[in-house]
Amino acid sequence: MDKTVNQKAWFLVLPVLVLVAFSAVIPLMTVVNYSVQDTFGNNQFFWAGLEWFSEMLESQRMWDALWRQLTFSAIILAIEVPLGIFVALNMPKKGFWASVCLVLMSLPLLIPWNVVGTIWQIFGRVDIGLLGYTLSKLGISYNYTQDIFAAWVTVIVMDVWHWTSLVALLAYAGLQSIPDAYYQAAKIDQASRWKVFRYIELPKMTGVLMIAILLRFMDSFMIYTEPFVVTGGGPGNATTFLSIDLVKMALGQFDLGPAAAFSLMYFLVILLISWVFYTVMTNLDKRDATS
Amino acid sequence: MTDTAQAPGAAGLPRDVTETRTATKKRFRPNGSAVVMVLYLLFLLVPIYWLLNMSLKTNTEILNSFTLWPRNLTLDNYRTILTDPAWYMGYVNSLIYVVMNTVISLSVALPAAYAFSRYSFMGDKHLFFWLLTNRMAPPAVFALPFFQLYSSVGLFDTHIAVALAHCLFNVPLAVWILEGFMRGVPKEIDETAYIDGYSFPKFFVKIFIPLIASGIGVAAFFCFMFSWVELLLSRTLTTVDAKPISAIMTRTQGASGIDWGVLAAAGVLTIVPGALVIYFVRNYIAKGFALGRV
Repeated sequence: MDKTVNQKAWFLVLPVLVLVAFSAVIPLMTVVNYSVQDTFGNNQFFWAGLEWFSEMLESQRMWDALWRQLTFSAIILAIEVPLGIFVALNMPKKGFWASVCLVLMSLPLLIPWNVVGTIWQIFGRVDIGLLGYTLSKLGISYNYTQDIFAAWVTVIVMDVWHWTSLVALLAYAGLQSIPDAYYQAAKIDQASRWKVFRYIELPKMTGVLMIAILLRFMDSFMIYTEPFVVTGGGPGNATTFLSIDLVKMALGQFDLGPAAAFSLMYFLVILLISWVFYTVMTNLDKRDATS
Repeated sequence: MTDTAQAPGAAGLPRDVTETRTATKKRFRPNGSAVVMVLYLLFLLVPIYWLLNMSLKTNTEILNSFTLWPRNLTLDNYRTILTDPAWYMGYVNSLIYVVMNTVISLSVALPAAYAFSRYSFMGDKHLFFWLLTNRMAPPAVFALPFFQLYSSVGLFDTHIAVALAHCLFNVPLAVWILEGFMRGVPKEIDETAYIDGYSFPKFFVKIFIPLIASGIGVAAFFCFMFSWVELLLSRTLTTVDAKPISAIMTRTQGASGIDWGVLAAAGVLTIVPGALVIYFVRNYIAKGFALGRV
């Protein structure tokens, strides 16, 4: 759609600008402020320059958290994206069962994140949880509060449980937009199921899949509540992801300077990914407009 | 039915192909396997069932025997929550700030989304991008500054503080979703209304808002949901008076250990608001999560 140039439209945007400035810019400036200062209590601050940044860049703790975070995001993307596509391909296309699937699949997406944690905390316990009980009866030692591997498996399965439906629903929306004529043509050409997927369904899904992948990456990159409830970041620091570490540092230990420097670097990464996301979105919008 | 119109060249097709088309349209689409769906849905539902199962048991049954369904069905856990102010006030507090947040987010987002969908103005693209970065911003980065900001203006531990804090991600979300819906409304409608002598506010309220009513519903639903599920900011900004249910749930560990039955019941009750409206938004879930872009 071609838009009219109208500078007065700024007045319509003004409320948003004021509100978001209050809830985003002021706090962010506080962070910037802390990141370049040092304090010895009593609200006395001293200019520290880029000291905190260099300290954080050399800090093993931050690199460990970042590494864990990237591993986690990579694993859940590697599981959720193919699984989501697979589920979307198997969903009923219309009618009563399609609605049933949509409703049931949306359910985990709408559960408060701490309750997701609670559900898996209970589900995985060896004494009272179905999963933990079954596994221990099968002779598999499983204890997510003690064993690093079990903790990781729990956190990953929990995320797959929580968010695969999102990928599936987006892929499903992409599939639904494919006109019938495409399948008709494939049938005439006697294309195999794989070829239908490879040359018709996948290309039509790339747009929504990009959105799904970026959303999942972003949200997994700032995951806090679910692992916090289930493992509390442990055992040890095994599931301490970036957000958990940051909150520990800022609100637990009140290390304002390092936490602020950490926050800013964290935010820069987010900014970069947001930009990729935005580019993808605007390209999609353009493609929709021309087709 | 116009969508059964023949594809170019379809007249020359072998007979059986055209017949299948007229018989049933969806046979062209590869059918999914019901087995896969049943397995996947089971995977999704079993943990939820387990929570429900726990919430209906007594603590003795939970801890002393392992049962797949409650043998002594009891509603005591729910009764505890619904009669103890320390518990049910959590729901009230959550609802108060969530509703406040939804109202604030929608009322500022509506005009802004209209501006983004209809006009181009200086810095519009940058502004739109900046809004997106706020949707993506990790709450962990903002937890400490929010704590200090709201403490210094005396709003700490109030509902409005949490409502405003959640605007950080909900206002951008609402703007993006609403913009996605508004771009689907033809511009000619606006122009016709102006020619007919409608002023902008009158047009907006009388004509435009009814047109995108479903979009507003979806945006409201997602603001509600994202505010309802958030824990970190709401927990950081409250202590007693506005403490949300999610924060209460993470602090149930008493002297005698965790009261699993009550915890499970509290969890089930937090799922209820989402489950109530889920049927109505089922076709928009993907659109809402993808910021109105599917």
